[in-house]
Amino acid sequence: MTLKTTLAATTALTLAATGVFAESHAAMSNDMTIVSWGGAYQNSQLKAYVEPYVALHPEVNVVWDESSAEAVAKLRAMNEANNITWDLVDVEAADGIRLCDEGLAMEIDVDEALAAGDDGSTATDDFGDSLVSDCFIPQIVFSTTVGYRTDMVGDTPPTDICAVFDTETYPGKRALNKRPLANMEWALLCDGVAKDDIYDVLATDEGQTQAFAKLDSIKADTVWWTAGAETPQLLADGEVVMGSTYNGRLFSAIAEQDQPIGMLWDAEMLDFDGWVVPDGLSEERLARVMDFLKFATDTQRLADQAKYIAYGPARASSAPLVSTHAELGIEMAEHMPTDPANATNVFVTNYGFWSDYRDDLDSKFQAWLAQ
Amino acid sequence: MSSVAFNPEQGRPLHPFATFTLPLVAVFGGLLGFIGGQAAGLGPLEGFIFGAVIAAALAFGLTRFVAPRPGRWLATAICAALGFSAGGFPGALGGIILGALLGWAIYWLHRGDYRRGVPVYATSGQVLWHNSFKFICGAIFFFLIAPIITIIPLSFNAQNFFTFTPEMLALDPAGYSLKHYADFFSNDAWLQPLKNSLIIAPFATVISVTLGTLAAIGLSQSHVPGRRAIMAILISPMIVPLIISATGMFFFYSQMGLFMENYLGMSKTLTGYIKVILAHAALGVPFVIITVTATLVSFDQSLTRAAANMGANPVTTFFKIQMPLILPGVISGGLFAFITSFDEVVVVLFVGAAAQKTLPWQMFTGLREQISPTILAVATILVIVSITLLTVVEMLRRRSERLRGMSPG
Repeated sequence: MTLKTTLAATTALTLAATGVFAESHAAMSNDMTIVSWGGAYQNSQLKAYVEPYVALHPEVNVVWDESSAEAVAKLRAMNEANNITWDLVDVEAADGIRLCDEGLAMEIDVDEALAAGDDGSTATDDFGDSLVSDCFIPQIVFSTTVGYRTDMVGDTPPTDICAVFDTETYPGKRALNKRPLANMEWALLCDGVAKDDIYDVLATDEGQTQAFAKLDSIKADTVWWTAGAETPQLLADGEVVMGSTYNGRLFSAIAEQDQPIGMLWDAEMLDFDGWVVPDGLSEERLARVMDFLKFATDTQRLADQAKYIAYGPARASSAPLVSTHAELGIEMAEHMPTDPANATNVFVTNYGFWSDYRDDLDSKFQAWLAQ
Repeated sequence: MSSVAFNPEQGRPLHPFATFTLPLVAVFGGLLGFIGGQAAGLGPLEGFIFGAVIAAALAFGLTRFVAPRPGRWLATAICAALGFSAGGFPGALGGIILGALLGWAIYWLHRGDYRRGVPVYATSGQVLWHNSFKFICGAIFFFLIAPIITIIPLSFNAQNFFTFTPEMLALDPAGYSLKHYADFFSNDAWLQPLKNSLIIAPFATVISVTLGTLAAIGLSQSHVPGRRAIMAILISPMIVPLIISATGMFFFYSQMGLFMENYLGMSKTLTGYIKVILAHAALGVPFVIITVTATLVSFDQSLTRAAANMGANPVTTFFKIQMPLILPGVISGGLFAFITSFDEVVVVLFVGAAAQKTLPWQMFTGLREQISPTILAVATILVIVSITLLTVVEMLRRRSERLRGMSPG
């Protein structure tokens, strides 16, 4: 009796599952897998590009994969196995350059593939300096900057980046990114090196020793993070007094989550994030992706993204169109890392320097951490 | 009055009050005071002294003048009042817990209850060990359960962080909300993985159970050559580090997927599901083999010979005789296979594409990219589902034992 019931139940379950299966099977020939970072950033892409696009092209079914953090490794493995399952990948500029160099991303003629700017400029002029690689289509400008607990810094909230190294005025733990980028530049800047000389100094062994010596002074007070969500969590818990993270994460914690957190714009580290198309897509998939890419990177779409997250559009022509936050109604222009009031003292990530020194400094940094 | 305070069976206290109960209760009270003092903002030493003094006074008064049952209530009430004066409603709640512990400890020590459960002739050392052992067992239980319990209140957080907010600690209803549960049941980013998990796990379970049961029955026959070697190979997915299996599976199933797409004309999504289901089935087979083999040990092989003697063919014998008797083992093996697939994150990350994203995958990336309490809401639901499943299996097992007359009741 029990056996029959079990068998009947199993059969019913199998049939039910097959039904679901067949349904999902039917709606898949137009799948487009987009790889992004998850969280609020992915949500901004969903609202600004994907939902309007799907409204125009209901046959396309977008599948998200939150794998941007390991995009390089996964694309290498997919290429090795000759089985590319991704159609469009969101990566930081540095990873875009690497993927292009390794032939894992496709070269794209910007003027031919993308829409011209709303102000009549060509796509090349409109994107300007953000076109750092032949394969990389920039979307946003973001910055790595520092947030602090307003209730833990006393009456004199920090105003410049060197507060990170000032453990006397601001005692307590700091959260810093577990990689050399930004940390090395800030260390030298606060050790008295002139801003224009920083990369020259950092290229020498003495300069690197100097930067590590400066970082040594706060090593015991530092919590190292690897994911952008960690610093806002640590700040919300009051476990750190200040910490570096992406400016959009800080905006979200301050404006949307209403946490007692303030932020610095001083010495913010500007970087670009954008799309790459994996090399080796079939013609059908490539045509679908390129159509979406043209739509998703036009002037209006990039401006729309700023309604949902505090990152600046990569096109110059989008800047005047940036409006208010979709839910809070805050004017977003003043929260952009590129806003003139914020961008008084910025580093634009030096891709030339970091592509030459990254491997070396990464290993030295890890060795220093382990000491 | 004082005679009421003593257990008639145990008679008088075994040790003098002043040199045994009083100092021990004071130390215990000091430790509780240390904990309570931390919450109330006292320094560690002040908390300890305060707690010790209160505990000693209570021990002195209660053991002399009050019977155990009202005495424990009185201790609880006094500590609750102290807690309330220090920290309002949450303080009173803490006071109730600490007071109940203290009241229990006073009478436990004073009346010699610690000798319960040990023979009367046991030495002091043996009594001490008996109670330490109970304490160690309790501590192990606590360390196993506490991390899982912690997530449950956090999943009702009104904020989007993994933090016990001051409102939550004050038991203010405004600090709690069901919004993370609402998010789980309305957000496509969670519903699609849920659906995928519910597709993949049952299929993988059915395959694992079928193959695993057949393998276990075959391997339990004494005439099969190389039984041990075959068994070792079949359970290897359980022993090889998962990340190694996953890497191998990635390349193996990529080629298989390409073959299915190019020569059998299947779509990418369908092959994706097939790949993940087969990979998970391979991971589930060892669990089924082990549980079914264990059940087969108590299976009387002469029953199959008797059935054959009466004219039943092997298939009939299997379904009518063998299967009903080993069913509990098959079901618990199937349950393990199901949970393996349902909880698995490493292999699906390698073998699956985004269209096959399962719940654990979504939780994993969600934890890394965005620390959202929706993950905790999902975890709470999964914990409850697991408990329900295990309870059902245990009830089924007891029922079958009862039906077969193996246990009374």
